[in-house]
Amino acid sequence: MSATPVRLSSAAGPARATPLSRYVIWVGLAAILLLLPYLFGSRLALSTMSLMGTMIVFALSYNMLLGQTGLLSFGHAVFFGLGGFFTVHTLNMAGAGSWLVPLPLFPVIGGVGGLLFGVLFGAIATRRAGTAFAMITLGIGELVASSALILRRFFGGEEGITTDRTDVFRLFGYGFGPQIQVYYLIAAWCFISIAAMYAITRTPFGRICNAVRDNPQRTAFIGYDPGTVRFLAFSLSGLFAGIAGGLSAINFEIVNAAQMGAVESGTVILMTYIGGVGNFAGPVIGAILVTWLQLILSDVTQVWPFYVGLLFIGMVMFAPGGIAGLIATQAPIAAAGKLHRVLPWYMLAFVPGAAAVVGASILIESSHQFSVRAAYGSSLTLYSLPFDVTSPVPWLTGLVLACGGTWLFLRAARLARNAYDLAMAQGRDA
Amino acid sequence: MLEIVIVSTLNGVLYGMLLFLLASGLTVIFSMMGVLNLAHASFYMLGAFFGFEISRRLGFWPALIVAPVLVGIIGMLVERYGLRRVHQHGHVAELLFTFGLTFIIKEVVEMIWGKLPADYRVPPSLDFPAFTLFSSNYPAFRLFVLLIAVAIFLALLLVIRRTRIGLIVQAALTQPRMVGMLGHDVDRIFMLVFGVGVGLAAVAGVIAGPILITQSNMALLLGPILFVVVVVGGLGSLGGALAASLLIGLVQTFAVAFNVSLADLFGDSAAGAVLSVWLSDIWRVTVAQVAPIMPYLLLVLVLIFRPRGLMGTRDT
Repeated sequence: MSATPVRLSSAAGPARATPLSRYVIWVGLAAILLLLPYLFGSRLALSTMSLMGTMIVFALSYNMLLGQTGLLSFGHAVFFGLGGFFTVHTLNMAGAGSWLVPLPLFPVIGGVGGLLFGVLFGAIATRRAGTAFAMITLGIGELVASSALILRRFFGGEEGITTDRTDVFRLFGYGFGPQIQVYYLIAAWCFISIAAMYAITRTPFGRICNAVRDNPQRTAFIGYDPGTVRFLAFSLSGLFAGIAGGLSAINFEIVNAAQMGAVESGTVILMTYIGGVGNFAGPVIGAILVTWLQLILSDVTQVWPFYVGLLFIGMVMFAPGGIAGLIATQAPIAAAGKLHRVLPWYMLAFVPGAAAVVGASILIESSHQFSVRAAYGSSLTLYSLPFDVTSPVPWLTGLVLACGGTWLFLRAARLARNAYDLAMAQGRDA
Repeated sequence: MLEIVIVSTLNGVLYGMLLFLLASGLTVIFSMMGVLNLAHASFYMLGAFFGFEISRRLGFWPALIVAPVLVGIIGMLVERYGLRRVHQHGHVAELLFTFGLTFIIKEVVEMIWGKLPADYRVPPSLDFPAFTLFSSNYPAFRLFVLLIAVAIFLALLLVIRRTRIGLIVQAALTQPRMVGMLGHDVDRIFMLVFGVGVGLAAVAGVIAGPILITQSNMALLLGPILFVVVVVGGLGSLGGALAASLLIGLVQTFAVAFNVSLADLFGDSAAGAVLSVWLSDIWRVTVAQVAPIMPYLLLVLVLIFRPRGLMGTRDT
């Protein structure tokens, strides 16, 4: 089920989409963004969704590099952070000088900041591609993140720069104090950014980006300089990352140097790749899932980055198309109406897979309690079952569940794979 | 002044040689397999923690042998069951795999040893001043680290230049397919080279652990500098890696030694008149404070003036 290698093909949807069905998606997206607060109205849900909206823009901007142009950057958070700093400083200036600019326009500043530095750093980084490019972006990321602690006036040192988003000119009386108003601001920008980035993938420029990713030599032969294309893609991706940074600054009313660091750059790679780089919707899925996991898991366990890391490694090894890729491989079967042929096998694989995850988590949590948290005693409550980590019972249970579950999962996955191939063959014949 | 210069040179060469222990393995792995092992610094960290744990139980000397061997075996397993599998999905997937590995190794280390620094001390048999320079003592352990690093460098040079294995490795650097055609098991060579490469990183970890801080963020601190070294030196060039390691080692140590700012050099009056408020930070910052960003500045400068790196021959 999961071992299907997915080609990182173009980001476009089905080619035979009629104009109507194309607009249905966008109207649906707008409706979802509008209606979400009525479904999840709590303060926590609103701030979670605001964060997700920001991260969607950030992850999509990253996929302009990784998925569309084939550039693996390890310093993308630089533009996110710089966009945030530019927004915060302008907000503070606007508040002091009472400019006639309403809050919803401020992410533009972040975008401009991101674009400027995208042009600057892109001029250096895109001279090389591949591994060297990755290392250069890593270096640039470190350069900016460590200069942030030196240039305290602009970056505010370790505590960062704060602002007050309610302190600017109010259009129609919206003060953006309540989280719900901030949510709609972020949702609107999220919609605009998604639409703009999707539009870019449909332009000739977007196609040339894909060509540079797939075969730079041939692209050069048809008259496009791959370096220039990479440079343009890099700058544009800086623009959208800057917008995301501006949204984050408005949402949290604080920006600090950590938001430009390696951890943040790593997070956006995780989001984009887990979601799927080969599909336009992939980073959206990834941003939502990873943000949600970060919030949920960090409540439950202290070693949550380990689980996210395992998920990421698993994706890289077994499902390089990400979640969106896994879903996309089911599309031809669904179109042929053969989904009922494969679903039972997926269910069959799901049961031992879940058991393996539970077993592994028991082992991980027990060893964490045993070694690092030994001072807090040896009792641990997992899945609402209290147990003692010094007794062999949880270890044996975890080991049996993890090993047995994995073995059965691999067998079931092979069966599911066969069922998938069969359904595909039948779908083709029909 | 002379004292500062001599001590800084010694420390700089020491740090540079430590960097080279890591960079050499990284370079050989990259040249042969085309994979830049982002988790290389994580294996160095594993080496330090294994060294700490083993020297606590068995003593430092067994740790110096056992820890790198263990890490090397882990590295070979990672290559055999992880990297080789990902290889079919292309270079980006390989880079991302090693990137994910850095997360996993960091979390595992934190799960076992916690986030606080480990109490990894200089072994008592080497805990004495080697010689007295002007007024300060130079610790024997630092000298020992320097000797180990140089010895490994020479051994590596001998193996690569003078033995059959070295010949095959050299050949596989540039012509991996031809080496395969000649009947060598390239997969096994890759696995061995990966194991030896991360084993060297682990040696660096074992001997650097007591000098630098053995902590779960040590990979994160050293990793980026390491990648600067291989890019500045020229990806895939061992000589370049050596030159860049020493260069960055010396630049960083000398920068730390000099506590001078632009304001000190040019006086305060000129500063107030010429420079705007925003630049006052740059004006007052001392060379020592800039030390952490020196390698990255060097990287950017080298890329602008010599995009292939100091001794690089390849384009990508």
